[in-house]
Amino acid sequence: MKPVLLWSDALIFLLVIALILFFYRLRRDPQTRERWGQVFSSRLGMVTFTLIMTYVGIALLDSLHFRKALDNPESLQTEEVFYDNKVTSVLDILLQGMGERFERTYSAPFALMSFEKKNMRDAQGNDIRDFPPLKHAGTHLEDPSERGADILSRSLTALLWGLLLSAVVIAPQWLMLRTSANPWHASWAVQAAVLCFFTWLVSISHYYHVLGTDRGGADVAYQSLKGIRTGVLLGTLSTLVMLPIAVTLGVMAGYFKGWVDDLVQYLYTTLSSIPGILLIAASVLLFQVYIDLNPDFFSIGMEKADARFIALCFILGVTSWSSLCRLIRAETLKISQLGYVQAAHAFGVSHTRILSRHILPNVVHIILITFVLDFSALVLAEAVLSYIGVGIDPSMGSWGNMINGARSELSREPAIWWTLTGAFFFMFILVLAANLFSDLVRDAFDPRTAARRSEA
Amino acid sequence: MLAYIIRRLLYAIPILIGVNLLTFTLFFVVNSPDDMAVSQLGEKYVTPEAIAAWKVKNGYDKPLFVNPDAAGVAAFTETIFFNKSVKLFAFDFGRSESGRDITTDVSTRMWPSLAVALPTFVIGIWVNICVALMVVMFHATRLDRWAVFLFVSLMSISYLFYIIGGQYLVAKTWRLVPVSGFHTDGQVWRFLILPVLVGVIAGIGSGARWYRTLFLEEANQDYVRTARAKGASEISILFRHILPNALIPILTGVVVLIPALFMGSLLIESFFGIPGLGSYMLDAIKSQDFAIVRTMVFIGSILYIIGLILTDISYTWADPRVRLN
Repeated sequence: MKPVLLWSDALIFLLVIALILFFYRLRRDPQTRERWGQVFSSRLGMVTFTLIMTYVGIALLDSLHFRKALDNPESLQTEEVFYDNKVTSVLDILLQGMGERFERTYSAPFALMSFEKKNMRDAQGNDIRDFPPLKHAGTHLEDPSERGADILSRSLTALLWGLLLSAVVIAPQWLMLRTSANPWHASWAVQAAVLCFFTWLVSISHYYHVLGTDRGGADVAYQSLKGIRTGVLLGTLSTLVMLPIAVTLGVMAGYFKGWVDDLVQYLYTTLSSIPGILLIAASVLLFQVYIDLNPDFFSIGMEKADARFIALCFILGVTSWSSLCRLIRAETLKISQLGYVQAAHAFGVSHTRILSRHILPNVVHIILITFVLDFSALVLAEAVLSYIGVGIDPSMGSWGNMINGARSELSREPAIWWTLTGAFFFMFILVLAANLFSDLVRDAFDPRTAARRSEA
Repeated sequence: MLAYIIRRLLYAIPILIGVNLLTFTLFFVVNSPDDMAVSQLGEKYVTPEAIAAWKVKNGYDKPLFVNPDAAGVAAFTETIFFNKSVKLFAFDFGRSESGRDITTDVSTRMWPSLAVALPTFVIGIWVNICVALMVVMFHATRLDRWAVFLFVSLMSISYLFYIIGGQYLVAKTWRLVPVSGFHTDGQVWRFLILPVLVGVIAGIGSGARWYRTLFLEEANQDYVRTARAKGASEISILFRHILPNALIPILTGVVVLIPALFMGSLLIESFFGIPGLGSYMLDAIKSQDFAIVRTMVFIGSILYIIGLILTDISYTWADPRVRLN
């Protein structure tokens, strides 16, 4: 086994560490603690946060990559170890080979037979044209009519195991947090549901394709799960690229005014007057040309796809800073007129110190709200960009690529609905959770809504 | 007023130059004419002579910004930047890489785009405001909370699913209208209904939620309390007091989009096979035709700037207190 550290893996782990440190520091601030307390005092906050954390957890597990060592054939007399060209992640191991059970082509969820007919030879040696049985679904059944009972009994067993696992996970939390005022029981309910779902999915995937298979015969449920990493990483990394640009320029424009302000305003008006999708498409195409001209940079295909992915995050970040910058500029303009900033000036406090001690902490709420709001927008944007052909590399699993590959499947007769359903389900849950959570964060942190609440 | 508009138009010039410089840098400096020649000619036919011939034919054989061989003004005009980018200001869009006249393409293709985008826009705003007003009437009840939840759920569905789902249900299962296509004769409405319907429904989530916030912001103002105190009915408060006052924030968000309607919608047009500017852009992106992309970027930014100016003008119309100077 040889660990592989892709650039995006490194970045996402750095980001997680940075976020943990950031929140650890914020904990010391009583006002911030009160606001977060408000977010988590609602059941909705708990539920959505737990869901988001589940997605982030899966994304992180899927970011621990390695290449398997290959068994040297007997004829090869060498001690040297060769590694598989395919990159595996910890998530793949946890899913117990779910991604390795390929069929020939389409098959419906829980089907035993392939979706398309094929020329075969039956037991008597006659040539027939029929639906061939699947290689990895229901092979343990002696009679196809047992399928319903078999699925039911296996689901019940899996659910029992899932409940047991949930009990093990939740019990320590219950012991620690049962006196807490926050509605932790909502979070535990979601945790139990998620754990039961995954135990069921993994165990039943040994015998059936829960969401069927796609054109290439790959398991749809597995692909949908692999899309999680792409979605989560794109949403966070792009915002990470955008934040420093927007914050630096916005604060400087609002604080120094004059020609700095003019320049920054000119920059963001110019940028936002270009249709966003064209700018993104153009940049991605250019990067693609660059990759194609320099194929030697990347030793394995995964690294190439990863480079394109990072470039996409970077491009999305660089092209989308103008709205946050505008907000921060306006807020800084307002703050720098306030008494305490004027007082700091009068005392001869340096610009850098005023900016870092008096201005920046007071625009943090805007940054936070934007971070959470943009996340869901970026996850949705990925699907559209992949459809246009300027999104994630097709070799890298993503919901956009799934939708793009399956867009004409509904118009077939009979319709193939499961690929779209898989992508829809996993994407919808993440975006919905992020949207609802961002509403709560905005309600808690936006001074305008906070003021309205205190009036009421 | 007139002086203000003229000044704003003059401000637009440096912005357009900036846009041009940026697109020019993206398209020519990073992706050199040689690369373009290779990708246009195809791998098979790449010889130095073929590349040189392609560059002469398409006008890429000159220096990028400054031509040292020419004298005077010609040093700046005999360059790729001048020929390809500055000429856009005179609305001379030149020819696409496949040899078609871009100006003709744009002027024929903007009508189908408008035919879809304008009804979607108007009906969309009307529906969103109606839905939002209904929800505001039930403010702070359980119905309001569930409505907001529904809006957020609608927002969380990718646009692609609205299109795919709409085509599947309306066109394939119910067979009410054709799946896609476009006609220029009297039957055109049959092709427009579904795209407009999908566009409106896809916009309800975010639109109605946004209008609801705007209306609630107004509903918390003092004049609303006064109106209620003097005994005005809830309906008249909503329509006589809140709606006119919410017009200003509504205009900010809406007017800037009107000129962009000419550009059409990338996704709707490509899914429904409408020969508008949106699908034109998409095809240009897919075939890497940078002449078209450059033109569309330029047109797009002009329309955006016009939208900004229109927004300012509409303020004076909606709110007599606003003076432009």
